[in-house]
Amino acid sequence: MTAAPEPVFEAPWHAQAFALAVHLNERGHFGWPEWTEAFGAELARRGATRAQDGGDDYFLAWVAALETLCRDKGLAEAEALSRLKAAWEAAYLATPHGHPVRLAGQGG
Amino acid sequence: MPHDDHDHPHSLLPPDPALRVKALESLLEAKGLIDPGALDAIIDTYAHKVGPRNGAQVVARAWNDPEFRARLMEDATAACAELGFAGRQGEHLVAVENTAETHNMVVCTLCSCYPWPLLGIPPGWYKSDAYRARAVREPRQVLAEFGVHLPEDTRVHVWDSTAEIRYLVIPERPGGTEGWDADRLAALVTRDSMIGTGLARVPA
Repeated sequence: MTAAPEPVFEAPWHAQAFALAVHLNERGHFGWPEWTEAFGAELARRGATRAQDGGDDYFLAWVAALETLCRDKGLAEAEALSRLKAAWEAAYLATPHGHPVRLAGQGG
Repeated sequence: MPHDDHDHPHSLLPPDPALRVKALESLLEAKGLIDPGALDAIIDTYAHKVGPRNGAQVVARAWNDPEFRARLMEDATAACAELGFAGRQGEHLVAVENTAETHNMVVCTLCSCYPWPLLGIPPGWYKSDAYRARAVREPRQVLAEFGVHLPEDTRVHVWDSTAEIRYLVIPERPGGTEGWDADRLAALVTRDSMIGTGLARVPA
């Protein structure tokens, strides 16, 4: 167990999603109990149909709960999110391999 | 990546949830609600700086220093802060001590609350439905699967973490370690022993 430590985050998006929730809490956008309640509800909803294994599915629930909480708090509207997601997808498809992927109209 | 073995004229499209996270991040950033530098710092902290070694230092100190142990049992939040380990979510830390009579183990039945400052990010099994449900229902079977077989008359106490309270198990100090300093002792303290799904290592 200690000889070969497991990676803390298995995928970069796990780490990004984790950090977003922690940062939004630290900035006072929601309380941590509020977060655990939203996240717990999402895990319970998913667990009712399929046992969650604590890996990718755990962070899928994390992302869904974060989207819901941000929407409910008026921080991120669902429509804006789906527009930006499509924009990111287009940016990846339009960027030559090996180049940094940026959204059109944004510097960074 | 295993699926990245054919030619990609464009950048590899990340998985769907990664795009959702990017969308959320870019929206919040455009609104000035987040600082991307702070996100990187949080990831760096939890990926590289915070881990079970912190908790092991606390346990080793408690084994070696009766006054620290007393402060830890009285108010773990304050005692851990003495060593520089403090929670970021305003949670309260509670230390629970294993004895010959009582074995403690920790779960979060709601989600995955965990003493991050002391143990880092929880392992996958701690976050699984199987552990979260079974730790409460059949703790002895779960312990057996972790290779922990307790005497029949040892009581098992399962602690359910919350957003406000996180538990640290203080495992029993192994025999044959009399006179050891804290660093040497800390090497015996495993992550699982501080969750209660393991015991401290026995010196070879």
